[in-house]
Amino acid sequence: MACESWKTQLDTYLDGELPEEEMRSVDRHVRSCHSCSADTVARVQMKRTIHLAGRRFTPSTQFRKRVQLSIAPKPKRNLGRVWMFAAAAAFILVIAALTSTYVETRRDGGQVFSEIADLHVATLASSSPVDVISTDRHTVKPWFQGKLPFAFNLPELQNSDFSLLGGRMTYLEQTPGAHLIYDVRKHHISVFVFQERSLAARLDKNSLPPKNLSFNMATWSQGGLRYFVIGDASAADIDSLAKLFKATSS
Amino acid sequence: MPLFDQLYNFAHWLTRNREEAEDLVQETYVKALKGFGSFQLGTNFRAWMYRILRNTFLTSRTGLKVTMTVPIDPEEDGADLAVERDTPETYLFEQLNRELLQGALDELPVHFREILLLCEVEEMSYQEIAETLSVPIGTVMSRLSRARKTLSERLRPQMQRGAVTTITKGTNYGL
Repeated sequence: MACESWKTQLDTYLDGELPEEEMRSVDRHVRSCHSCSADTVARVQMKRTIHLAGRRFTPSTQFRKRVQLSIAPKPKRNLGRVWMFAAAAAFILVIAALTSTYVETRRDGGQVFSEIADLHVATLASSSPVDVISTDRHTVKPWFQGKLPFAFNLPELQNSDFSLLGGRMTYLEQTPGAHLIYDVRKHHISVFVFQERSLAARLDKNSLPPKNLSFNMATWSQGGLRYFVIGDASAADIDSLAKLFKATSS
Repeated sequence: MPLFDQLYNFAHWLTRNREEAEDLVQETYVKALKGFGSFQLGTNFRAWMYRILRNTFLTSRTGLKVTMTVPIDPEEDGADLAVERDTPETYLFEQLNRELLQGALDELPVHFREILLLCEVEEMSYQEIAETLSVPIGTVMSRLSRARKTLSERLRPQMQRGAVTTITKGTNYGL
């Protein structure tokens, strides 16, 4: 079967380790092949399950203190050596702090993006994906009044390929947000809007979606709100919808 | 001490024992401090720390026992990259619970367990993993592929026995 050769590349593709051109061609194939697409989703879920299951053991506070003491410079030793070790320890801690902050931010950011992808998939799989069913933005927007602690604008879609299907309430980090669903050439695209400050602890302003997300995503901050546009439509479609939102919110 | 939690988690997975994991992490920090002169600025600090931890583990009593029973660097030629997973199994994966997976990971040979943890939990690039394990990238790819395949094979009978009935409801991950 032709798919077998594609499937041998799926793990490397999901690890984001294929050369750029091959990434694109696997990406194109996965979007057009039902079997590989289902396989990809299952592999992504497996990766996420391992990621969560692998974070299993936590060091105790006493142990942390013990190690800190064991690597702290000892008193009454040759002053030069003490300074040298202290400088090395400080350097390690600074570099480790930077590395860890980067890793934590990346991981937390990555997790937010994964959760957004989960919300998108779970909603589309639901029998009632939207709570307010309307193609009219003047119906959908007022529906959120009194439900959300913020207001946002929906773009005018005339002369575009997009159509609004409706909206629903959603939650991320225990804070409410708006989830809008659009249609473009039979692809469903989700637009999520949250307050920036509710995600500030986990998402850096410059955070970018991970390469292995398996959906196209655009995200930006504007007027104190954080927007996510995600779907299996082409990157160009995602960008076009993002631009419409940016234009209407500026 | 950042990286501390991650190194401890990795050490505990390797040793499968709290006291040994603590000794391993403590020794790693002491060695890192002593050998800081060998760390080349501009190279990957995280991979350097994990490499120290792993090498320390391999020379520990538990590590030596493990390497005597299972080759830590088995012959790998990268020819086993083709991984096929049949569809029913992949659907079952979706329902896999965390406990079941942790058990399966725990039972994997250490060279498979460590590479899956570095890739999936620490989200290291192939290059970082290669530096940590001191192996070529081709070996990283083939070993990772074999590790995933072995994990799938070991999970299959457990899932077929209905172990997934303890699925936790209400998570975002369909566990």
